[in-house]
Amino acid sequence: MPSLGAIAFLALASLTLGSAGIVAFSKNIIYSTLALLGTFMGIAGLYITLSADFLAATQILVYVGGTLTLILFAVMLTSRIEDMKVSNPRAGFGAAFALVSVVLLVLGKVATATPWPSESKPPMPSTAKLGHAFLGEFLLPFEVASVVLLAAMIGAVVLARRAVKRAWEKE
Amino acid sequence: MQIGLVHYLSVAAVLFGLGLFTVMTRKNAVGILLGVELILNAAALNFVAFEHFVAGGVSGQVFTVFIIVLAASEAAIALAIVLQVYRSYRSIMADRLTSLRN
Repeated sequence: MPSLGAIAFLALASLTLGSAGIVAFSKNIIYSTLALLGTFMGIAGLYITLSADFLAATQILVYVGGTLTLILFAVMLTSRIEDMKVSNPRAGFGAAFALVSVVLLVLGKVATATPWPSESKPPMPSTAKLGHAFLGEFLLPFEVASVVLLAAMIGAVVLARRAVKRAWEKE
Repeated sequence: MQIGLVHYLSVAAVLFGLGLFTVMTRKNAVGILLGVELILNAAALNFVAFEHFVAGGVSGQVFTVFIIVLAASEAAIALAIVLQVYRSYRSIMADRLTSLRN
Protein backbone atom coordinates (compact mmCIF):
# COMPACT_ATOMS: atom_id res chain seq x y z
CA MET A 1 0.00 0.00 0.00
CA PRO A 2 1.74 3.17 -1.11
CA SER A 3 1.64 6.13 1.20
CA LEU A 4 -0.50 9.20 0.63
CA GLY A 5 2.54 11.26 -0.40
CA ALA A 6 3.48 8.68 -3.01
CA ILE A 7 -0.05 8.67 -4.44
CA ALA A 8 -0.05 12.48 -4.60
CA PHE A 9 3.35 12.50 -6.30
CA LEU A 10 2.31 9.90 -8.87
CA ALA A 11 -0.93 11.73 -9.67
CA LEU A 12 0.84 15.09 -10.04
CA ALA A 13 3.67 13.59 -12.09
CA SER A 14 1.25 11.88 -14.46
CA LEU A 15 -0.76 15.12 -14.81
CA THR A 16 2.43 17.04 -15.59
CA LEU A 17 3.89 14.56 -18.05
CA GLY A 18 0.57 13.74 -19.72
CA SER A 19 -0.14 17.40 -20.38
CA ALA A 20 3.44 17.91 -21.56
CA GLY A 21 2.92 15.03 -23.97
CA ILE A 22 -0.14 16.76 -25.40
CA VAL A 23 1.93 19.96 -25.72
CA ALA A 24 4.60 18.06 -27.62
CA PHE A 25 2.41 15.89 -29.87
CA SER A 26 -0.93 17.63 -30.46
CA LYS A 27 -1.65 18.73 -34.01
CA ASN A 28 -3.68 21.73 -32.90
CA ILE A 29 -1.83 24.69 -31.41
CA ILE A 30 -4.85 25.62 -29.26
CA TYR A 31 -4.86 22.17 -27.65
CA SER A 32 -1.11 22.44 -27.08
CA THR A 33 -1.50 25.79 -25.35
CA LEU A 34 -4.38 24.64 -23.18
CA ALA A 35 -2.50 21.47 -22.23
CA LEU A 36 0.28 23.71 -20.94
CA LEU A 37 -2.23 24.68 -18.21
CA GLY A 38 -2.14 21.09 -16.92
CA THR A 39 1.64 21.07 -16.92
CA PHE A 40 1.82 24.30 -14.92
CA MET A 41 -0.77 23.03 -12.42
CA GLY A 42 1.10 19.75 -12.01
CA ILE A 43 4.40 21.55 -11.45
CA ALA A 44 2.71 23.77 -8.84
CA GLY A 45 1.46 20.65 -7.07
CA LEU A 46 4.94 19.14 -7.17
CA TYR A 47 6.26 22.35 -5.60
CA ILE A 48 3.77 21.85 -2.76
CA THR A 49 5.01 18.28 -2.21
CA LEU A 50 8.53 19.76 -2.05
CA SER A 51 7.33 22.20 0.69
CA ALA A 52 7.78 25.23 -1.56
CA ASP A 53 4.40 26.83 -0.91
CA PHE A 54 5.27 30.34 -2.08
CA LEU A 55 6.59 28.99 -5.37
CA ALA A 56 3.39 27.05 -5.99
CA ALA A 57 1.31 30.21 -5.58
CA THR A 58 3.73 32.19 -7.75
CA GLN A 59 3.67 29.49 -10.41
CA ILE A 60 -0.11 29.64 -10.66
CA LEU A 61 -0.28 33.45 -10.49
CA VAL A 62 2.50 34.22 -12.97
CA TYR A 63 2.42 31.28 -15.36
CA VAL A 64 -1.29 30.47 -15.50
CA GLY A 65 -2.52 34.02 -14.95
CA GLY A 66 0.09 35.84 -17.00
CA THR A 67 2.23 33.83 -19.37
CA LEU A 68 -0.43 31.37 -20.50
CA THR A 69 -2.94 34.15 -21.16
CA LEU A 70 -0.28 36.00 -23.17
CA ILE A 71 0.49 32.89 -25.24
CA LEU A 72 -3.24 32.29 -25.83
CA PHE A 73 -3.56 35.88 -27.07
CA ALA A 74 -0.65 35.33 -29.45
CA VAL A 75 -2.16 32.07 -30.73
CA MET A 76 -5.54 33.69 -31.36
CA LEU A 77 -3.96 36.71 -33.06
CA THR A 78 -1.67 34.77 -35.37
CA SER A 79 -3.58 31.62 -36.39
CA ARG A 80 -6.15 31.80 -39.12
CA ILE A 81 -9.27 29.85 -38.28
CA GLU A 82 -9.59 28.11 -41.65
CA ASP A 83 -6.24 26.32 -41.43
CA MET A 84 -6.67 25.34 -37.79
CA LYS A 85 -6.31 21.65 -38.73
CA VAL A 86 -2.65 22.11 -39.58
CA SER A 87 -1.90 24.94 -37.18
CA ASN A 88 0.97 23.06 -35.56
CA PRO A 89 2.91 21.09 -38.18
CA ARG A 90 6.04 19.13 -37.38
CA ALA A 91 9.25 18.25 -39.12
CA GLY A 92 12.58 16.57 -38.41
CA PHE A 93 11.38 13.64 -36.32
CA GLY A 94 14.53 11.54 -36.71
CA ALA A 95 17.09 14.02 -35.46
CA ALA A 96 14.80 15.08 -32.62
CA PHE A 97 14.24 11.48 -31.49
CA ALA A 98 17.97 10.76 -31.61
CA LEU A 99 18.95 13.85 -29.62
CA VAL A 100 16.17 13.45 -27.05
CA SER A 101 16.98 9.79 -26.43
CA VAL A 102 20.69 10.57 -26.00
CA VAL A 103 19.88 13.39 -23.56
CA LEU A 104 17.45 11.20 -21.62
CA LEU A 105 20.01 8.39 -21.43
CA VAL A 106 22.69 10.70 -20.07
CA LEU A 107 20.30 12.36 -17.59
CA GLY A 108 18.96 9.00 -16.41
CA LYS A 109 22.46 7.60 -15.96
CA VAL A 110 23.56 10.64 -13.94
CA ALA A 111 20.40 10.62 -11.82
CA THR A 112 20.60 6.92 -10.97
CA ALA A 113 24.36 6.46 -10.71
CA THR A 114 25.09 9.36 -8.35
CA PRO A 115 24.61 8.51 -4.65
CA TRP A 116 22.25 11.31 -3.66
CA PRO A 117 21.40 11.73 0.02
CA SER A 118 17.86 10.39 0.20
CA GLU A 119 16.44 11.60 3.49
CA SER A 120 13.63 14.10 3.08
CA LYS A 121 13.55 17.16 5.27
CA PRO A 122 10.38 17.77 7.30
CA PRO A 123 7.91 20.00 5.46
CA MET A 124 7.72 23.56 6.63
CA PRO A 125 6.46 26.89 5.26
CA SER A 126 9.34 28.61 3.52
CA THR A 127 7.78 31.95 2.56
CA ALA A 128 9.24 33.93 5.47
CA LYS A 129 12.74 32.58 4.85
CA LEU A 130 12.37 33.32 1.15
CA GLY A 131 11.44 36.93 1.93
CA HIS A 132 14.43 37.36 4.21
CA ALA A 133 16.69 35.88 1.52
CA PHE A 134 15.34 38.28 -1.12
CA LEU A 135 15.83 41.38 1.02
CA GLY A 136 19.16 40.26 2.45
CA GLU A 137 21.49 37.94 0.63
CA PHE A 138 19.89 38.24 -2.81
CA LEU A 139 19.00 41.94 -2.74
CA LEU A 140 21.08 42.92 -5.78
CA PRO A 141 19.75 40.14 -8.09
CA PHE A 142 16.24 40.99 -6.87
CA GLU A 143 16.63 44.64 -7.93
CA VAL A 144 18.27 43.62 -11.22
CA ALA A 145 15.29 41.34 -11.88
CA SER A 146 12.93 44.30 -11.49
CA VAL A 147 15.02 46.29 -13.97
CA VAL A 148 14.88 43.32 -16.37
CA LEU A 149 11.09 43.19 -16.04
CA LEU A 150 10.82 46.92 -16.75
CA ALA A 151 13.09 46.62 -19.79
CA ALA A 152 11.11 43.62 -21.08
CA MET A 153 7.83 45.50 -20.65
CA ILE A 154 9.06 48.57 -22.52
CA GLY A 155 10.66 46.38 -25.18
CA ALA A 156 7.47 44.38 -25.71
CA VAL A 157 5.42 47.58 -26.07
CA VAL A 158 7.91 49.06 -28.55
CA LEU A 159 8.13 45.84 -30.56
CA ALA A 160 4.43 45.06 -30.71
CA ARG A 161 3.01 48.46 -31.62
CA ARG A 162 2.08 49.32 -35.17
CA ALA A 163 4.15 51.94 -36.90
CA VAL A 164 1.63 54.75 -37.08
CA LYS A 165 2.28 57.41 -39.69
CA ARG A 166 1.21 60.78 -38.41
CA ALA A 167 -0.31 63.36 -40.69
CA TRP A 168 2.85 65.46 -40.94
CA GLU A 169 4.92 62.37 -41.84
CA LYS A 170 2.76 61.42 -44.83
CA GLU A 171 3.38 64.65 -46.68
CA MET B 1 7.28 3.30 -1.76
CA GLN B 2 9.44 6.20 -0.67
CA ILE B 3 9.45 9.19 -3.00
CA GLY B 4 13.01 10.47 -3.24
CA LEU B 5 15.14 12.79 -5.28
CA VAL B 6 15.46 10.32 -8.16
CA HIS B 7 11.72 10.40 -8.84
CA TYR B 8 11.64 14.17 -9.10
CA LEU B 9 14.77 14.12 -11.26
CA SER B 10 13.20 11.62 -13.65
CA VAL B 11 10.00 13.67 -13.93
CA ALA B 12 12.09 16.76 -14.70
CA ALA B 13 14.23 14.83 -17.19
CA VAL B 14 11.20 13.54 -19.11
CA LEU B 15 9.71 17.03 -19.04
CA PHE B 16 12.96 18.41 -20.43
CA GLY B 17 13.01 15.75 -23.13
CA LEU B 18 9.46 16.58 -24.20
CA GLY B 19 10.35 20.28 -24.28
CA LEU B 20 13.44 19.62 -26.37
CA PHE B 21 11.39 17.45 -28.73
CA THR B 22 8.81 20.25 -29.05
CA VAL B 23 11.48 22.85 -29.79
CA MET B 24 13.12 20.65 -32.42
CA THR B 25 10.02 19.46 -34.28
CA ARG B 26 7.58 22.36 -34.25
CA LYS B 27 7.37 24.78 -37.14
CA ASN B 28 4.94 27.15 -35.49
CA ALA B 29 6.90 29.84 -33.61
CA VAL B 30 4.39 29.81 -30.73
CA GLY B 31 4.77 26.02 -30.54
CA ILE B 32 8.53 26.44 -30.19
CA LEU B 33 7.87 28.91 -27.37
CA LEU B 34 5.70 26.31 -25.59
CA GLY B 35 8.67 23.92 -25.72
CA VAL B 36 10.92 26.55 -24.17
CA GLU B 37 8.41 26.96 -21.33
CA LEU B 38 8.51 23.20 -20.72
CA ILE B 39 12.32 23.25 -20.55
CA LEU B 40 12.31 26.19 -18.11
CA ASN B 41 9.78 24.42 -15.89
CA ALA B 42 11.90 21.27 -15.86
CA ALA B 43 14.95 23.26 -14.77
CA ALA B 44 12.97 25.01 -12.05
CA LEU B 45 11.64 21.70 -10.76
CA ASN B 46 15.21 20.40 -10.58
CA PHE B 47 16.29 23.45 -8.57
CA VAL B 48 13.50 23.00 -6.02
CA ALA B 49 14.05 19.24 -5.75
CA PHE B 50 17.78 19.61 -5.13
CA GLU B 51 17.13 22.32 -2.56
CA HIS B 52 14.59 20.15 -0.73
CA PHE B 53 16.59 16.92 -0.72
CA VAL B 54 20.26 17.96 -0.80
CA ALA B 55 21.15 21.57 -0.21
CA GLY B 56 18.67 22.91 2.33
CA GLY B 57 18.10 26.62 2.79
CA VAL B 58 16.11 28.61 0.26
CA SER B 59 18.65 29.27 -2.50
CA GLY B 60 16.97 26.86 -4.90
CA GLN B 61 13.62 28.57 -4.49
CA VAL B 62 15.28 31.96 -5.04
CA PHE B 63 16.70 30.66 -8.31
CA THR B 64 13.29 29.34 -9.29
CA VAL B 65 11.70 32.74 -8.69
CA PHE B 66 14.31 34.28 -11.00
CA ILE B 67 13.56 31.59 -13.60
CA ILE B 68 9.86 32.50 -13.42
CA VAL B 69 10.67 36.20 -13.80
CA LEU B 70 12.91 35.57 -16.81
CA ALA B 71 10.36 33.22 -18.37
CA ALA B 72 7.67 35.88 -18.08
CA SER B 73 9.82 38.57 -19.70
CA GLU B 74 11.02 36.13 -22.37
CA ALA B 75 7.42 35.23 -23.22
CA ALA B 76 6.41 38.89 -23.49
CA ILE B 77 9.32 39.80 -25.80
CA ALA B 78 9.00 36.64 -27.91
CA LEU B 79 5.28 37.12 -28.44
CA ALA B 80 5.78 40.74 -29.45
CA ILE B 81 8.32 39.55 -32.04
CA VAL B 82 5.89 36.84 -33.19
CA LEU B 83 3.17 39.45 -33.70
CA GLN B 84 5.50 41.60 -35.81
CA VAL B 85 6.60 38.57 -37.86
CA TYR B 86 2.95 37.72 -38.49
CA ARG B 87 2.32 41.27 -39.67
CA SER B 88 5.17 41.08 -42.19
CA TYR B 89 4.78 37.49 -43.47
CA ARG B 90 1.12 36.57 -42.67
CA SER B 91 2.57 33.35 -41.22
CA ILE B 92 4.61 32.36 -38.19
CA MET B 93 5.91 29.05 -39.51
CA ALA B 94 9.62 29.13 -38.77
CA ASP B 95 10.60 27.47 -42.07
CA ARG B 96 9.10 30.28 -44.13
CA LEU B 97 11.13 33.07 -42.56
CA THR B 98 13.95 32.82 -45.07
CA SER B 99 14.49 36.36 -46.30
CA LEU B 100 18.09 36.30 -45.09
CA ARG B 101 18.95 33.05 -46.89
CA ASN B 102 20.26 34.51 -50.18
